[in-house]
Amino acid sequence: MIKPSQAPWLLSAPALTLYATFLIAPIASVFLISFFNFEFYGGIQVSFTLKNYIEILTDSYFYEVFARTFGVAFLVTLACVVLGTAEAYVLSRMRNPWKGLFLMVVLGPLLISVVVRTLGWALLFGSTGLISKGLQALGLAAGPVSLMYTNLGVGIALTHVMVPFMVISVWASLQKINPSTEAAALSLGASQFTVIRRVIVPQVMPGILSGAIMVFAMSASAFATPAIVGGRRLKTVATAAYDEFLNTLNWPLGSALAVLLLIATIIVLIATNRLIERRYGAVFN
Amino acid sequence: MSYLVLNNLTKRYGPTAAVDSLNLEIRQGEFISLLGPSGCGKTTTLQMIAGFVEPSAGNIVLNGRDMNNIPANKRGLGIVFQNYALFPHMTASQNVAFGLEMQGIKKAECAERVADTLKLVGLGHLADRYPARMSGGQQQRVALARALVIKPAVLLLDEPLSNLDAKLREEMQLELRSIQRSIGTTTVLVTHDQSEALALSDRIVVMNQGRVEQIAEPYTAYEQPNSEFVGGFLGKANIFQVLAESSALEPSVRIAEAIIPLEGVAMPASSVIVRPEKILFSSPQPSALPGIMKTRVFQGNHWLCQVKTSAGDVLVIRQNDGESVAEEGAVVHLRWRAQDMRPVGAAN
Repeated sequence: MIKPSQAPWLLSAPALTLYATFLIAPIASVFLISFFNFEFYGGIQVSFTLKNYIEILTDSYFYEVFARTFGVAFLVTLACVVLGTAEAYVLSRMRNPWKGLFLMVVLGPLLISVVVRTLGWALLFGSTGLISKGLQALGLAAGPVSLMYTNLGVGIALTHVMVPFMVISVWASLQKINPSTEAAALSLGASQFTVIRRVIVPQVMPGILSGAIMVFAMSASAFATPAIVGGRRLKTVATAAYDEFLNTLNWPLGSALAVLLLIATIIVLIATNRLIERRYGAVFN
Repeated sequence: MSYLVLNNLTKRYGPTAAVDSLNLEIRQGEFISLLGPSGCGKTTTLQMIAGFVEPSAGNIVLNGRDMNNIPANKRGLGIVFQNYALFPHMTASQNVAFGLEMQGIKKAECAERVADTLKLVGLGHLADRYPARMSGGQQQRVALARALVIKPAVLLLDEPLSNLDAKLREEMQLELRSIQRSIGTTTVLVTHDQSEALALSDRIVVMNQGRVEQIAEPYTAYEQPNSEFVGGFLGKANIFQVLAESSALEPSVRIAEAIIPLEGVAMPASSVIVRPEKILFSSPQPSALPGIMKTRVFQGNHWLCQVKTSAGDVLVIRQNDGESVAEEGAVVHLRWRAQDMRPVGAAN
């Protein structure tokens, strides 16, 4: 017989097993390995050392990598907030069947691999790519312009990848808005712009913020886009960790980088979440 | 001099007219109700006055100014929406202050007017509360305060009480009426609730399928409906076919078995409306309609009876005056005065 107190555990056992196997175990082992020692000639040695963390925290090279990662992630988030909110609002104001069609256009890219989409940007960004040729033809650039291996290029490509997530998040919030609030604001003498600024945006703020959290976390840990557009020169934490693992074979250092990225991202997310709850708890129950 | 005039106002959606050549003149300070079943065009009319819907034809003149090309945010009207449409991210006082801020009114004056208006609707103590933490009735009051604080040229109410429970609705009716009286704002109410329209308005506009059926003061509209539709929609009504009767000594009409002397009342129509509360139970006599009590429902202050007669089922409402009405299944006789028959429909 199953005791009533055991039932919840048994019922959630399949999901718990899945999480334990595919999420907790890998993260735990990465965490463990980050304390191991690595010798260039001896390989990985099981031990407990803070050497890897100390190396990262004392080397300005890694500071640069972290700064670049979070800097790009922040700017991408900002761009996504602006573009995604505007896109979602325009979409919500469209009439059927255009609404459905353009929603497909916005979300369609999610069906294509990130690698493929980024390689597409690589074609546009190169010194002989469309953007470079176009700028030269318009007389806006004297010589070839390459956005490859630049922060701007990484930012643009990442924004393109992330915007659909923002649109989905804001879209969900927009659906919950009572359309008469817009009419009410108009009747009280507000201009269309004021309606958006004072009535629409504040109401979708929870959607914007949760979308921003999602975009920031994914941008900070993105790998494919920075690896392709940023290349080996413009490292982010994710690509740096990848190189430590697969090129230098310094698994412990790579693990330490991964752990620090995880911790930094979690701190940002929790802080933002706190802020949201404090600000909007009273408003939206 | 009329304050708000609707001239031939028409709105077509494709081939169907939601509002068909509506003509209405509203005096300053008047409380007008647009009453009708859903789909009668009353809400469309309100939205045309508000400026949210553009008329297909006709125009709206407010205080001598043609409103046709004036956008909603320049009309200066106060609107209370059916679902209140409060801004959920603002407190009660911020909601009320919004319209004043749009007018660029100074902070001190704004705060004072917001406080006064919230007090007027009895919400002075909830100024800092968010709408999500308020009851339906309280949200309703905030919405009213928000519309009133801008001193609107016209106050438009779109089914404002339909989301409240019955008891609260009656309370709000009284309050709405007294607030409107005290500040004297010209008000247009859209409602499908006949008792609301009767209780609140100076005049009622009964609408059906985009057309006006009758414009009259509540008492007149109820006592002298000019069509079967108005009679049936505004309260309960019995409709009888009337036949000319020549066998009697004095001028009379026949309704099924009953021969009713006209006592000088003109009876030009083929059908009449008799209100159920005007019908009395009587002893058998030639002028009474015999029938069988089909059902009787006790409703506290009155009895609601359905009597089966050869003229169809007749609804009778009797005041609960302490005397019990006849048992179900009993034979009863129904009588009413000639002047209680309201002619509707054309005479043959």
